[in-house]
Amino acid sequence: MSTPFPQGLPRLEPAGLDGWMVRLFDAIDEANMPWLTALVRECETAFGDRLVDLVPSYTTVLVTFDPLRLSPDEARRWLIELLQRLQPDEEAADAPVKELPVWYDASVGPELARLAELAGMSCEEVVACHSERSYRVFALGFAPGFAFMGSVDARLEAPRLDTPRRRVPAGSVAVAGRQTAAYPAVTPGGWNLIGRTPAVLFDRDREGFSLLQVGDRVRFVPIERSEFERLGGDTRPMEEGR
Amino acid sequence: MTHATDGLRVARAGPLALLQDAGRFGVRRLGVTQGGPADLHGWAWANQLAGNAWGTPALEVTFGGLELVAEQDLVVAVAGADLSATLDGEPLDGWRSLSVKAGQRLAFGAPVNGLRAYLAVAGGFAAAPVLGSVACVVREGLGGHDGLGHRLAEGDALRVTPRCADAGRVAPREAQVDYRRPAELALLPGAQVGEFSGESLFQAFNAPWRVDDRADRMGVRLSGPRLDCRMASMISEGIGLGAVQVPPDGQPIALLNDRQTIGGYPRLGALSPLACSRLAQCLPGQEVRLKAVATEQALAAYQSFRAVFA
Repeated sequence: MSTPFPQGLPRLEPAGLDGWMVRLFDAIDEANMPWLTALVRECETAFGDRLVDLVPSYTTVLVTFDPLRLSPDEARRWLIELLQRLQPDEEAADAPVKELPVWYDASVGPELARLAELAGMSCEEVVACHSERSYRVFALGFAPGFAFMGSVDARLEAPRLDTPRRRVPAGSVAVAGRQTAAYPAVTPGGWNLIGRTPAVLFDRDREGFSLLQVGDRVRFVPIERSEFERLGGDTRPMEEGR
Repeated sequence: MTHATDGLRVARAGPLALLQDAGRFGVRRLGVTQGGPADLHGWAWANQLAGNAWGTPALEVTFGGLELVAEQDLVVAVAGADLSATLDGEPLDGWRSLSVKAGQRLAFGAPVNGLRAYLAVAGGFAAAPVLGSVACVVREGLGGHDGLGHRLAEGDALRVTPRCADAGRVAPREAQVDYRRPAELALLPGAQVGEFSGESLFQAFNAPWRVDDRADRMGVRLSGPRLDCRMASMISEGIGLGAVQVPPDGQPIALLNDRQTIGGYPRLGALSPLACSRLAQCLPGQEVRLKAVATEQALAAYQSFRAVFA
């Protein structure tokens, strides 16, 4: 029987007395994600209220459970059984693309020119290249609602800044390596900033809290400054940005 | 259910006092960390002595310096570190419940034994849950007494839902940890343990480790012999409580309640929940040792700890 998993996978690895690390793949690939989201859904059904947390991330899902109500051995047996009948999430495979409006501009994206230089392109070409394809959310982490997405065109690959900024403005759209992201809140950060979105990425009062979820498909849509302002975006340039 | 009223007012904030329930769960996939008490043991005993159910919000007082004035008569309990607590200037014994009258001043001084004290109020502190929990995570701006992840500040009013309880309840002697004693931290080996050199593994579990001053609610760095791992980094994956990661500098970091939810350094394994609690009470410079244990052993210890609490 053919399997999408590399040899020796999936594998269960110990992760403390209340968790198992389910390793499904060994390389970053957008095609991994429907399998990860399916596993998340199946775990929610199978574990019910014995489940404490699930962390899907690129190639793995960390499953954390209540060790007072489920022994690690029993959890392991449940996971093995569940993996044997796992099918990829069809829904995720053709999920609607979420669109993030972005004002690409040097005043809010100070590394736009750096990316252009690295790629041997004009800034306009960098914008076109970044916004023409859809990306997949590999994981959320670093801060609430911060979605690691990929993969960007190889020509836009750029190393992180040597010295991270202490305060990256909320909404900043950024590239590092072959990944892209938007900062939900003001945080430190070392990614290359190329624009800013007016979208609210994390809202404690919204159902689901995070605009982006693991497995989502996302596209960045270039907008003009006027539209950015109309949507409530903060136009203050990087230097004096909050 | 009683209505929340002003129970205590902050007269002096000290460096770090946070309201914590058991933690924020179910949202880690959104990049939201778990928070909760760094020392689960001390926090649980404070609530237990105050007659509160598991999970009731209590104050975590780090390093002391906090002064509170009671706005009404209350029964409170102090557990965890000895931070030279006083009531109206009179020394206060920890690990017990006591009555505090309106107008009395409860103060924490400097650490004598351990780092984090827990203060529970009979009936519990009251705060609106954020993402399902009151746990205060400053970095994320979530939870705490004001819902915005703020540490206590001078002038803050702490709301309580007071309930009658017995003063003078004392934790059994075996529960009153002497944090100055050598700490042996139970570690459950993880999947990358085989990637470390044999010499490094020997060192990891035999050499003494010193708690670095880079230690907070996110994690505690340990300094000692350099641990060599064949893997420099991995694709980022979920990190459980107590995971002991080893960055390329070879100095392990035990990740605690406010850790980031994913990370890509190889790990020796995970400290047991009670080992995390113990480590959270160590001051910089204190010596600790790592002891490899089987899951069954760590689970049995955790089950017997939890069996005490309602």
